[in-house]
Amino acid sequence: MTATLSILSAGPGVTLQDGGRHGYLRYGITAAGPMDPLAHATANRALGNSLGATALEVSLGGVEVTAEGGPLGIALAGGAFRISLDGTPLPAACALTLRPGSSLAVRAGRAGAWTYLAVAGRLDLPATLGATATHTRSGFGGLDGRALRAGDRLAVAEARPGPGDPHALVAPWLVRPAEEIRVVMGPQDDFFAVDQIAAFLAGPWTVTTKGDRMACFLDGTPLTHAKGYNIVSDGIAMGAIQVPGEGWPIVLMADRQSTGGYPKIATVIGPDLGRLAQAQGGTRIRFRAVDRAEAVAARRSEAASLAGTMALEPLIRTDFSAEFLLGRNLIGGVVDGAGAHAP
Amino acid sequence: MPFPSESPRLLDAGEAALVAEFGTTVDPAIHDRVLALDDALRAAPPEGLRETVPTYRSLMIHYDPLVLDRDDLADRVLALAAAPGAARAGAAVWTLPCCYDPACAEDIGAVAQATGLTVERVAALHAGAEYRVYMYGFAPGFAYLGGLPRELAVSRRATPRPPHPANALLIGGGLAAVGTFPMPTGWYVVGRTPERLYAPHQPDPFPVAVGDTLRFAAIDAATFADLERRAAAGELVAQRREAA
Repeated sequence: MTATLSILSAGPGVTLQDGGRHGYLRYGITAAGPMDPLAHATANRALGNSLGATALEVSLGGVEVTAEGGPLGIALAGGAFRISLDGTPLPAACALTLRPGSSLAVRAGRAGAWTYLAVAGRLDLPATLGATATHTRSGFGGLDGRALRAGDRLAVAEARPGPGDPHALVAPWLVRPAEEIRVVMGPQDDFFAVDQIAAFLAGPWTVTTKGDRMACFLDGTPLTHAKGYNIVSDGIAMGAIQVPGEGWPIVLMADRQSTGGYPKIATVIGPDLGRLAQAQGGTRIRFRAVDRAEAVAARRSEAASLAGTMALEPLIRTDFSAEFLLGRNLIGGVVDGAGAHAP
Repeated sequence: MPFPSESPRLLDAGEAALVAEFGTTVDPAIHDRVLALDDALRAAPPEGLRETVPTYRSLMIHYDPLVLDRDDLADRVLALAAAPGAARAGAAVWTLPCCYDPACAEDIGAVAQATGLTVERVAALHAGAEYRVYMYGFAPGFAYLGGLPRELAVSRRATPRPPHPANALLIGGGLAAVGTFPMPTGWYVVGRTPERLYAPHQPDPFPVAVGDTLRFAAIDAATFADLERRAAAGELVAQRREAA
């Protein structure tokens, strides 16, 4: 069955992302892909999709969507966004069926910078170099290489409905405070004196609001270099923390350039990339140096979280809003009766 | 300078990337070693190898640490780097048509002024040299080239200029480059090629490989317009031959 996910409104920076465009860094092609790979994979996993399936990456700008042509299973996972289905609030991580005529609103909440909206089925998009990940700076991927906007309609092949009533996703691994971010030191930590390494690890650093999919900019006491800040350009891994001349660290994220010429003091471990990506502007963080073994163990535990079946929990209502009660009355026909007395 | 020892320096870039560094400078001998290791790894990739990124002086090796153990990878890299270098297979010599007409070479006057050369001499020097593709980076299909004549070694701009045109020949900081996608740049535009280093609809979207040699053949504006039309229709307008 084919259905369509229709964008009713979208703030800036809402893009389509699959697991990333891999294998072309040697030609200067950025991998792109999700800022929070764990949350992206979780949303897909909840619907039985492959972990790297194309999903909407929703920015703080938010999005409102509806289904056309048939019911569409939806899962959301990521930051503590405010989700509502036809005005009824839902948990930030949830699975539901979006029916034609209904609208699902995803708005920034108290914490988190990104959330992922996955659909049950396959978003039918042309691949560029084998991937659908949007890289807006290159104009690649997604829908015409750009962010989504109101009026966009996304065809979903093999569309399936989700649970009859909305359910919460049981994904405790998405609770990840950003205060401590683990790093492996290097590859160019030898460009910094011992006291500067200590200052880097002591922090604290404040995540600025200037960040985007390319990089996370940090504010704090600037670091100094022991032997200049120019290196002959070399490769950049996702999570590399480069320190340019002015001394404020920059963490390079999904849309980073493939190579660069500033020394990289440390690299954020894979499992903490999403943790950092979810830090809203103003969040204070510290870095903690770990060895590779700890980083690999964290990866293993992340992979294990995604390997099992994901539990869904029915919603138990604790607050009965007027809208909710009105909804019940409609079903019971009471409002119809009351309406008979209306002028 | 190349490292005196035969072994590359191994640097971890997190738990999923390993850098094999053969030196710290731009040097064809260092780059040859980077490419030899790249070729050897790609010829028989160990399970868990994700992708490799050759740069001027190092090879970044992305891997899945849940599949490929870092120390096993390091052993393999050191063994391959110690093996006698095989001749590189597949390195090609490309001749790219290049238009140095002022309409295509917006900044050639500024380069002439900075170097004290005439515009014609700048174009002749640029077209007369042979370049090595050291690496791609910065943007899709942005190729860094070594081999710029010393006379053209102007420093980069103090502030970037607005986006250069597509497929621009750039110079700055003693290096040359081909800028495939229009981007703001601190370099100078000295010409344009109708050839595309990124051709998404071709069977091989990236015709020019790292390690290939580039030459430029000067063409006039009318030829440029003609080749530009043919390249836009999907034709390969550069000439390729295997290295001797």
